[in-house]
Amino acid sequence: MRKIRVLVAKPGLDGHDRGAKVVARALRDAGMEVIYTGLRQTAEQIVETALQEDVDCVGLSILSGAHMTLVPKVVELLKRNQAGDILVAVGGIIPDEDAATLRRMGVGGVFGPGTSTQEIVTFIQSHVSA
Amino acid sequence: MELVDRLLAGDRRACARLITLVENEAPEAKQALREVYPYTGNAHVIGVTGPPGAGKSSLVDKLTQYYREQGETVGVIAVDPSSPFTGGALLGDRIRMQERATDPGVFIRSMGTRGHMGGLALTTKDVIKILDAFGKDIILVETVGTGQDEIDIIKAADTVLVVTMPSLGDDIQAIKAGILEIGDIFVVNKADLDYVDKAVMELEMMLDFNSDKGWRPPVVRTVANMGVGIEELAEAIQAHIGYLRKEGLFEEKRRLKIEMELLEVLNQLIVKEVLEKAKKTNEFDNLVDLILERETDCYTAAEKLLNPK
Repeated sequence: MRKIRVLVAKPGLDGHDRGAKVVARALRDAGMEVIYTGLRQTAEQIVETALQEDVDCVGLSILSGAHMTLVPKVVELLKRNQAGDILVAVGGIIPDEDAATLRRMGVGGVFGPGTSTQEIVTFIQSHVSA
Repeated sequence: MELVDRLLAGDRRACARLITLVENEAPEAKQALREVYPYTGNAHVIGVTGPPGAGKSSLVDKLTQYYREQGETVGVIAVDPSSPFTGGALLGDRIRMQERATDPGVFIRSMGTRGHMGGLALTTKDVIKILDAFGKDIILVETVGTGQDEIDIIKAADTVLVVTMPSLGDDIQAIKAGILEIGDIFVVNKADLDYVDKAVMELEMMLDFNSDKGWRPPVVRTVANMGVGIEELAEAIQAHIGYLRKEGLFEEKRRLKIEMELLEVLNQLIVKEVLEKAKKTNEFDNLVDLILERETDCYTAAEKLLNPK
């Protein structure tokens, strides 16, 4: 019985975690196992957690504007640990041009304000089971 | 199995993958566990149980830190409940442990119960074996928040800590029958709160009523998030290990656990075999119908399934 496992993480210094918690709850209700690690995580902590928990997807929630610093670091560290296969999704206030850059780096999905939780659920389900 | 070789060589990704296979009860899991088993039995397994919010995760975090300072490597298994409706789970025990996330001597894994009652997932015991073979000296197993009867942890751990806190008067009453009997050490966490003396006294009194035991469980006060009392707790754990070894109880306890586990596995195999046969012939559904119509009963039907003519 396979279960989709997702790490929901808040990298960096912003303390706004309501969005991350809402998404975590929605994924739970979609039957996934969600590992939530709380605020102020470093890229190293996130990647190490993703490896130990053997997750299918890492969801990063960033509202501080530091996404162009934090997200590439996580993506890079995953690759360096032979874990580039783990799907990375980013949620937060991400300008369109940044979103395009992040996608080119290997981020699977970028979700801004107004995204329905169902959209995120469907995104993960379709990318992980494929 | 390549994954097992990599596990034994210390590859943490292989460790994580093997745990996933075991958790998913994947077909390869049995073979992996067969190969891993000869390398197990070296870790000391400490169970941490108690009601939700008592501070189990924080205690596990601080104990991990303590053992790391002593030069021991630590594996942590943190179990949280899965939803009975969707099968999903929010695994949040790591929040208190993230300072250990990047320590190469620590491996933390969160598990959902996946429908299993008793405070652990069905496969937690096998995940312990993976971490044991991975070479962890100490394995801390945190159960789901427990109430009265979730005592699976005794089948998995060498030493069981029962964690409670002050002002849970009713809960302390409630845990008397089930959980009070399984604690090797009792921890009153949040000992900086009011009524801590009352909580400790109630436990001490109840423990004093148990006259037959060679080991009188100590009651240790901690304030986990401040790191208070952790050394005393570790000393109590050490004393328990010493007691088990001195009295020759260590082997006896492990033998008992293996007996229980073998019975469990045997049960599963028999049920699986019988059901597979019965499903082929619709025998199972037919019997359910007959029981529903009061033409036979569960006991007769079960015997029929077990000995089909």
